[in-house]
Amino acid sequence: MLKETYKAEIDDILSRYPIRRSAVLPLLYLAQKEEGYVSEAAMKEIAGILRLTPPQVYEVVTFYTMFQLKPIAAFHIQVCKSLMCALVGSDTLLRWLKIRLGIGPGETTADKRFTISTVECLASCGTGPMMQVNDDYYEGLTESKLDRILADLKRDGTSPLKSGPFMLPEPMKG
Amino acid sequence: MPPFEKILLKNMETPGYTGSLADYERGGGYQALRKVLGKIPPAEITETVKKSGLRGRGGAGFPTGVKWGFLPKDYQGPKYLCCNADESEPGTFKDRQLIERDPHQMIEGMLLACYAIGVETAYIYIRGEFVLGAQILERALAEARMAGYVGQNILGARTSINIWVHRGAGAYICGEETALLESLEGKRGLPRVKPPFPATHGLYNKPTVVNNVETLANLPHIINRGAEWFAAIGSPPKSSGTRIFCVSGHVKRPGNFEVPMGTTLRELIFEHAGGMRSDKPLKAIIPGGASAPFFTPEHLGVKLDFESVAQAGSMLGSGGVTVMEEGTNMVWAALRLMEFFYHESCGKCTPCREGSSWLVQTMRRIVDGRGRNSDLETLVELCQNIAGRTVCAFGDAEVAPIMSTLKYWRHEYEELIQQAAMSAPAELMMPVMGKH
Repeated sequence: MLKETYKAEIDDILSRYPIRRSAVLPLLYLAQKEEGYVSEAAMKEIAGILRLTPPQVYEVVTFYTMFQLKPIAAFHIQVCKSLMCALVGSDTLLRWLKIRLGIGPGETTADKRFTISTVECLASCGTGPMMQVNDDYYEGLTESKLDRILADLKRDGTSPLKSGPFMLPEPMKG
Repeated sequence: MPPFEKILLKNMETPGYTGSLADYERGGGYQALRKVLGKIPPAEITETVKKSGLRGRGGAGFPTGVKWGFLPKDYQGPKYLCCNADESEPGTFKDRQLIERDPHQMIEGMLLACYAIGVETAYIYIRGEFVLGAQILERALAEARMAGYVGQNILGARTSINIWVHRGAGAYICGEETALLESLEGKRGLPRVKPPFPATHGLYNKPTVVNNVETLANLPHIINRGAEWFAAIGSPPKSSGTRIFCVSGHVKRPGNFEVPMGTTLRELIFEHAGGMRSDKPLKAIIPGGASAPFFTPEHLGVKLDFESVAQAGSMLGSGGVTVMEEGTNMVWAALRLMEFFYHESCGKCTPCREGSSWLVQTMRRIVDGRGRNSDLETLVELCQNIAGRTVCAFGDAEVAPIMSTLKYWRHEYEELIQQAAMSAPAELMMPVMGKH
């Protein structure tokens, strides 16, 4: 139950808005953090906390692309396929991923470690092709960089190649 | 290039600058807030912003001070400011840099705006994918609260301003200001019918101002250095100040470049962004994000200010400049953008919801070599029945790539259709509803 695990956090979130309903996205994020997706039970609980009907929560969940209605793999690889990334090779990035992981967009590896999705513009147009893995951006991808990232993820669960605070062109070293 | 002092990127381009509160203060940060708080009446700040000529940097280019002036005078009760950090217009990546590299600059801008319009609660609506950006903002706000810049009785004055970060969750349309408000209220992000405008009926039906990150980031500088200083930069009187242009595509040095408005496309692409990445010549330019009609190399002399770009048939929009080299198929490029719009149509208005699906299917058929002669007429008819027939500007935006590529590169559509006719008998297929 969210209410027990995240009591302080929920109270803090609710205190930021004059109307409880505004807390629906933050609470859905909590639910997804807890279970890896947004379950029906979580939606009902959120509806209860916010004094909404369950459909009022469900209609929000299904509007926004970042909420998962079913469990997905540990690493969610999201490849930007919008024009700006496509111009610099996002289609080849998808092909490399298919070669390395054996799956395409919308699919999950048999070991449940990787799910690939294609997404629309992630505001990383000058550093394409790029992908987001869970919370992290990986930009300016090449075949060798991708291989290193996948190896890092499998071994350590994260990779030092993820993006830090963004600046392009790269800042001068101070 | 004449010598020119950057405004918004100056701090972060200083070697060693981290964006911390200490770094920001060392560069003169929060001086504007100290200068006005309790000393200059709020109405005077609005006047200064009006006089500066600052216009919205999110896309529409509405004069910021005028927008503030639409709030009802002497209104009793809560009013709100929302910082639009939903940056999702394909080709645009400037707000991300402003947020992650110099968060206090936009926070000070928000505080100044709140003070000017009498707001005590403000929200930063940041796109959900910017997880790092949201963390950086939370950290910066915690610093600002500790230092007494945000919270109750700021710097000991009677003014109280709270700022909260609110993450979106993946929906382009939430960058449209009324959709943003719906989303912030915990609903599906469907744009509202206007009027009434947010200035009178905004967040929670209260008077509300929505301003873009870059717009707000300009405010401390305007307050510190004066309206006249700002008004003289760029292409006055209608396009004052600088813009951060985000250059992407087939250039040598993609990135964010802050230049005075009125800089030509040629200078931006060939001097700042280093020119084309290979010996393939320039073929096409999108001057203002995915919603802006395409330009050709003939437009390289166009000045990047609101009026000049509009006069040349496109729009300055969000500042996203995408460059394409010779060899890029324009029908394919338009299809890629159309797929974006189809995916992001919120579904509220029938012309946009159904029309975007029909457009994608027709475009895909042409690109896949199954086009028919009647398809071009179909495209034009669909476009004409979407633009101007929807609640928000999305409808006008989604037809821009197709209409403008048809205008300049019609022969590429015709070639694909001719090839289809020669290679295989075209099977009659009507566009059908639903996803494919």
